[in-house]
Amino acid sequence: MQTKLILSVISTFWFIVVSQAQEISKGNVFIKNAHVITITNGLLEHTDVLVENGIISKIGSGLKEPKGVPVIDASGQFLMPGIIDAHSHLALEVINEASSPITAEVKMEDVIDPFDVGIYRALAGGTTVSHAMHGSANAIGGQNITLKHRYGTRDPDQLIMKEAPRTIKFALGENPIRVHGRGKNLQPRSRMGVEAVIRNGFEEALQYKADWEDWNASDKGKEKQQIPPVYNSRLETLVDILEGEIIIHCHSYRADEIYMLIKVCQEYGIDKIVFSHVNEGFKVAPELAKYTMGASVFADWWAYKFEVYYSTAYNAAILTKNGVVTSINSDSDELIRHLYHEAAKTQRYGGLTDDEALALITINPAKQLGIDKLVGSIEEGKQADLVLFDMHPLSIYAIPQMTWVDGVKYFDREKDASDQRIKVNPEETLEPIFLHTEHHNCMRDVDFYFTGFGRNLFGHSH
Amino acid sequence: MMKKIIFSLLFIICLFKADLFAQIDGEVVKPYKADFLLQNARVVTVTQGILEDTDLLIKDGKIAAIGQNLAPQNYTLVDCSGKSVYPGFIDSGTSLGLVEVNSLPETQDFMELGKLTPQMQALTAVNPNAVAIPVTRVSGVTTVLTQPRGGYFPGTAALIQLNGYTPDQMDAGFRAVIMNFPSAAKSGDYDSRSEETIQKEAQKKRDEIDEIWKKAANYLSIKEKGGQLNYYPEMEQLSRVLKKELPLFIEVNAAKDIIAALEWVKEKNLEVVLTGVAEGWKVAEKLAASKIPVITGPVLTLPTRASDKYDVAYTNAAALHKAGVKLALRTQDTENVRNLPFHAGFAAAYGLGVEAALKSITINAAEIFKVDDRLGSLEVGKNATLFIADGDPFEPKTQVEQVFINGYRIPMTNRHIRLYQEFLDREMKPAE
Repeated sequence: MQTKLILSVISTFWFIVVSQAQEISKGNVFIKNAHVITITNGLLEHTDVLVENGIISKIGSGLKEPKGVPVIDASGQFLMPGIIDAHSHLALEVINEASSPITAEVKMEDVIDPFDVGIYRALAGGTTVSHAMHGSANAIGGQNITLKHRYGTRDPDQLIMKEAPRTIKFALGENPIRVHGRGKNLQPRSRMGVEAVIRNGFEEALQYKADWEDWNASDKGKEKQQIPPVYNSRLETLVDILEGEIIIHCHSYRADEIYMLIKVCQEYGIDKIVFSHVNEGFKVAPELAKYTMGASVFADWWAYKFEVYYSTAYNAAILTKNGVVTSINSDSDELIRHLYHEAAKTQRYGGLTDDEALALITINPAKQLGIDKLVGSIEEGKQADLVLFDMHPLSIYAIPQMTWVDGVKYFDREKDASDQRIKVNPEETLEPIFLHTEHHNCMRDVDFYFTGFGRNLFGHSH
Repeated sequence: MMKKIIFSLLFIICLFKADLFAQIDGEVVKPYKADFLLQNARVVTVTQGILEDTDLLIKDGKIAAIGQNLAPQNYTLVDCSGKSVYPGFIDSGTSLGLVEVNSLPETQDFMELGKLTPQMQALTAVNPNAVAIPVTRVSGVTTVLTQPRGGYFPGTAALIQLNGYTPDQMDAGFRAVIMNFPSAAKSGDYDSRSEETIQKEAQKKRDEIDEIWKKAANYLSIKEKGGQLNYYPEMEQLSRVLKKELPLFIEVNAAKDIIAALEWVKEKNLEVVLTGVAEGWKVAEKLAASKIPVITGPVLTLPTRASDKYDVAYTNAAALHKAGVKLALRTQDTENVRNLPFHAGFAAAYGLGVEAALKSITINAAEIFKVDDRLGSLEVGKNATLFIADGDPFEPKTQVEQVFINGYRIPMTNRHIRLYQEFLDREMKPAE
């Protein structure tokens, strides 16, 4: 009897744990009389937006106030879709698995840190989705994960945007060369070697695939003594890339290396590729427009290392005007707080229109992450990731007021209190202080940081 | 016949068009000096309000007149209808000119060996042809403090204007000895020291600094009494600080360290400016009471602590200003000093207000650097270091149309702009 009771208590408890783990909170809200920046359908003045169960259900003026739904009077304020960051390392415990020039088997979904207060700070800057990426130590790095900033949960799974397609990190140029070539005397030691590493990987994957096909077509060792090929998750992943199931997001800077990977992808029939950072993308903008899913750039970062010395802050404008799907990313826990301001810089450097500038941080990164049917604009039927600004978001004076993910409000400036941590280390008697110079370096190291090598060797690296 | 006419017309049009877009190989635009009359501008003087429909005369590198309907004589006329004129912006803390490429040690000239090198002159290492200089000045940032880093006394910072062929031509006439106040804070996640160790180490460093200070005082008293002294440039430079010939810029950020630094300077009778002051908002009243000016920034940065409110870096300047602290802003950057107006804009939005934010990158900075007789506002007799913009220069959308530094008209180009011109509409596109 007692055993039965214990069992039923355990199973009930288990059920609660499991069901809680699976349920993602979705909200209802009625946002009244806002200037709605739809991104895909222009600016709608004095417009209401109704959100039901996490989905934008109605957009129009003079909509009837529904009962039992929180109402936000947004008169004079600007509502835009939640900002999407196509290159981030937020909420990750580890960034690089730098043990080999190819580590396609590792997954960032295994190292999500839901306690990172940076998630809240990103929300306070209107960013609702981020692409949590592997670092740039390897020519072919690990598999990234697309996160929704549902801050407050202790369950890493709740941060995952389950509908997002798989993506993987590639990296060209100085970083993989420095880590493997210079750091360990392994290929790649040059940009020639980076190409070779990628080609070798793809060829090995094709061989692996053929071996499995042979095995599956055979009688599987019934007559002749035969053993199946050894399962290899690294090669499985590379096969998935070759079969178009994974989008490549490639850390790159120089035009020559960008062009190299475009050619390699063409040869292997890969068209799902986005170039990231891509400071010299402007030099091969027509090629990027024709052969890729676009470029994700910084607004103005340059000169922090040699491969970004010949950069221009007009990169995003040149790419946009050449028809490249372009986004502006953060690669930083600081920039992710004001991507709307980073996007605004393209108006100074190249005179992009409001619509063009805001597409850089909404629908365009959504396209690059394969989630543009779900988020990235304010449309009926899309997920209600929204941010409300007191002024037009491209103004320097604009301050995000409220941010929703799936219709649930996660940030409200009026109700913002200090200390938004959800986990505090009880043994930490003295709180560490992060100064600008340090966070700058940490940020630059982080892309690159791994134990066993001196941090100095890898300083200042994106 | 008709066809022929059309073709020849087309040919002529093509020729004309080609002519319009023709470039002269090797052509360069240089800064040049002339007498410029800026007409019908909205003159944002900073110190004397905003003057609508006003002319401003630049003559011999100075602002010669400000007024309505100034006689054009034979000046070069610049129509500023619908435009605003601002004094050149001043960034009160950068490494501009001292670094070319951040990750390459060969191009880093901001740090010498040793903890005690106050005599090292930043101005010596300023490269007048650093690519970042023209990238910076077209944004309206015309003047910056460039400073050495590292150790207790890394060297002497210099105020430079962003035009000139030699460091001396760039010298804007101000120096300050930099001091890094030893911190008793736990620095970042990688600091595994115990609280006790941190305190002990900080105290040890502060004792070392006190030793150095005593030595400098001895050096000075021997010198003043006419005693024989060996060549000791470190002490020579510090003795100038003791004599108040040079101000001491103390870099300090954590709240407790700021209090300790205020304590340290209390009885010393020095001319002091505190820099960094990231946690100034926690001790704003004490800072105000000390009457010591503060250079803070960057504004666009993370809070110092995980427990902080998300916007404390944005609101720090406002908190200091409201407490009554005299305030200037810095980017603490090298290649992106051009973002200074955006740092000011964020500070303005988060409580500082546009007017105070503008002052913090113009007249306040000029006063702290004691160059307010020449820079920091638009007034007759001051240097013609100013710019013309088509709107509010804090707004990213605004275009800075023309920059003048000491009366020199600055070419509105740099490598970023030239790359834009070259690659916007590239030749040899991939085949359809």
